[in-house]
Amino acid sequence: MEPFVHHSGIAAPLLRINIDTDAIIPSREMKRVSKKGLGEGLFANWRYRDVATREEDPEFVLNREPFRHATILLAGENFGCGSSREHAVWALKDFGFRAVIAPGFGSIFYGNCVRNGILPVRLAEPDLEAIALHVDAEPSQQVTIDLPAQTVTDAAGADYPFDIGAGDKEMLLEGLDPIAKTMQLDEQILAFRERDRAARPWIYL
Amino acid sequence: MARTLAEKIWSQHAVADPGDGTTLLYIDRIFLHERTGSIALQGLEAAGRSVRDPEQVFCTMDHIVDTFPGRSDITIMPGGTEFITATRAAATDAGIRTFDIGDPSQGIVHVVSPELGIALPGVTLVCPDSHTGTVGGLGALAWGIGSTEAEHALATKTLAVAKPKQMRVTYSGQLPFGVTAKDMILALIGRHTASGGIGYVVEFAGEAVRALDVEARLTLCNMAVEFGAWSGIVAPDEKTFEYVRGRPYAPTGEDWDEALAHWRSLATDEDAAFDREIELDAAAIVPQVTWGTSPQHELPVDGAIPDPAGEADTSRRKAMERALDYMALAPGRALAGTPIDAAFIGSCTNSRLSDLRAAAEVLRGRHVADGIRAICVPGSSRVKAAAEAEGLDRVFTAAGFEWRESGCSMCFFAGGEHFGREERVITSTNRNFENRQGPGTRSHLASPTTVAASAIAGRIADVREFAPEEV
Repeated sequence: MEPFVHHSGIAAPLLRINIDTDAIIPSREMKRVSKKGLGEGLFANWRYRDVATREEDPEFVLNREPFRHATILLAGENFGCGSSREHAVWALKDFGFRAVIAPGFGSIFYGNCVRNGILPVRLAEPDLEAIALHVDAEPSQQVTIDLPAQTVTDAAGADYPFDIGAGDKEMLLEGLDPIAKTMQLDEQILAFRERDRAARPWIYL
Repeated sequence: MARTLAEKIWSQHAVADPGDGTTLLYIDRIFLHERTGSIALQGLEAAGRSVRDPEQVFCTMDHIVDTFPGRSDITIMPGGTEFITATRAAATDAGIRTFDIGDPSQGIVHVVSPELGIALPGVTLVCPDSHTGTVGGLGALAWGIGSTEAEHALATKTLAVAKPKQMRVTYSGQLPFGVTAKDMILALIGRHTASGGIGYVVEFAGEAVRALDVEARLTLCNMAVEFGAWSGIVAPDEKTFEYVRGRPYAPTGEDWDEALAHWRSLATDEDAAFDREIELDAAAIVPQVTWGTSPQHELPVDGAIPDPAGEADTSRRKAMERALDYMALAPGRALAGTPIDAAFIGSCTNSRLSDLRAAAEVLRGRHVADGIRAICVPGSSRVKAAAEAEGLDRVFTAAGFEWRESGCSMCFFAGGEHFGREERVITSTNRNFENRQGPGTRSHLASPTTVAASAIAGRIADVREFAPEEV
């Protein structure tokens, strides 16, 4: 997994609440048993006037300059709610996004981001709006995210601190393989299983 | 120290403290389906890892498979065959028991897992599917995960999880006639929004929850995710134990006695503290129908479509305006009476035998209105067989409903079968998102009985006007 430490990039505002994973990647766009090539289907129902021909809707933010090159998404409350499909994260990543900033996230989506090197940043709505204001004024000015310091810096140089769990932060910073990390505790897992098998034999089919 | 039910199950499964704010939790059961399970199994294999304890892992074909009689690996969904065959091959290689097409136990994962006794009170269960919390209705601690996390669970039999906050939602009093678990959860989401539960495991409690049968409790917990919750749970009781007894994978003999003794200890301590408590008066809940494109856009069936102008919060107002536009509805108008094009009964929310029985009671001796396309998709092959054994299929078909093989079907559009553009569908499913049931399709969520009543009326209808009140 690609680590996330610092990142500066164009931020695209899509400040709608409750953007669900069906909107991020419509089920129809998940055509194969694969994590690859999903960027084209990102927000397909909003991005294309005609999904079949891929005729773009020029009004949609990701079809406008400079947001075609955006790497940070600014979104409304409860981004990534709905289906557990990890394809939503794979599609964002394939498009080029490295971070999503929103007041809150769907819980499975949040975990999926962390496991794929995309930083989900929780920022209060006023902070998010302040960043979006600068983006509106100067769309080409970059927004910067510093994960070790846990800050977002907008085009005007204002810093916004954010919280992230220690485990999630470590996974992103080091691009760790979570399975390899857990297997370091394998002796404890196997010991638990032995004790548990005696205590709850009905669990073991 | 006094603890909640969820905290008890949590600590009973705590294997280790990785020292990063998470707990390494032991996972008792893992369920997979062909939509997201295939990629998890492939990822695992590509990394050179194997499934630990495949005896505790199960797989079903539900998301992509067609629901027409005589179905096969060939699907209406373009490319669907690959999902089915890849899942079957990977599950077989890994030694995972699969409820395949044609298996009498095939069905929607969250219908199958309690029905077969795979989900049990007090177990931890995960599945790469957002509605996994459904089996919280049995008193299991179950939650949805992504495919990468599923690989972790399969390889290690554990997941590192940050402990959710604790919320209790208490429904006091008794539900009125015509009001169901679906209406209870929609009312909660309507009042406290689709993000109100973020970060919480929600225990549903109170007189009205205790009065629900087990299948209705599954419905209640099914939509906890639509409230934003990490999961939902109901304390198991004698009804739960009776439900579980004798199911194919449920404990038997001495194991049963031991399990039962353990399950009886699974309740929230009287003085346990919750981070948040919400109370609702069950007696005041009426049948609910959604009007918009988020489950929080719900209304009492006798309500009027809200005016965004009255919403002070800018983002919510904009979402309402967008939803009204998508749904082609005008503020101030009564929701009941809105003409519909189709009616759908199915999904992991509302497709169990009790749901079909209740809908059949409304349909018996009646017929859907002219021009209405009505479809019933039983939640599992066992539900379908049981319904047919008591003649429910004939009630549905006599009323003008299609009667299908089990699966997720048109709960969501994956490129295959779908409802039409601008078609208005009343549906017993869980998501009314834009384009969820078809490109441009307009979905109204409701209980199976409200769907049945509306299908007969040809318009969104109040089910309380459709059946005689029970005495």
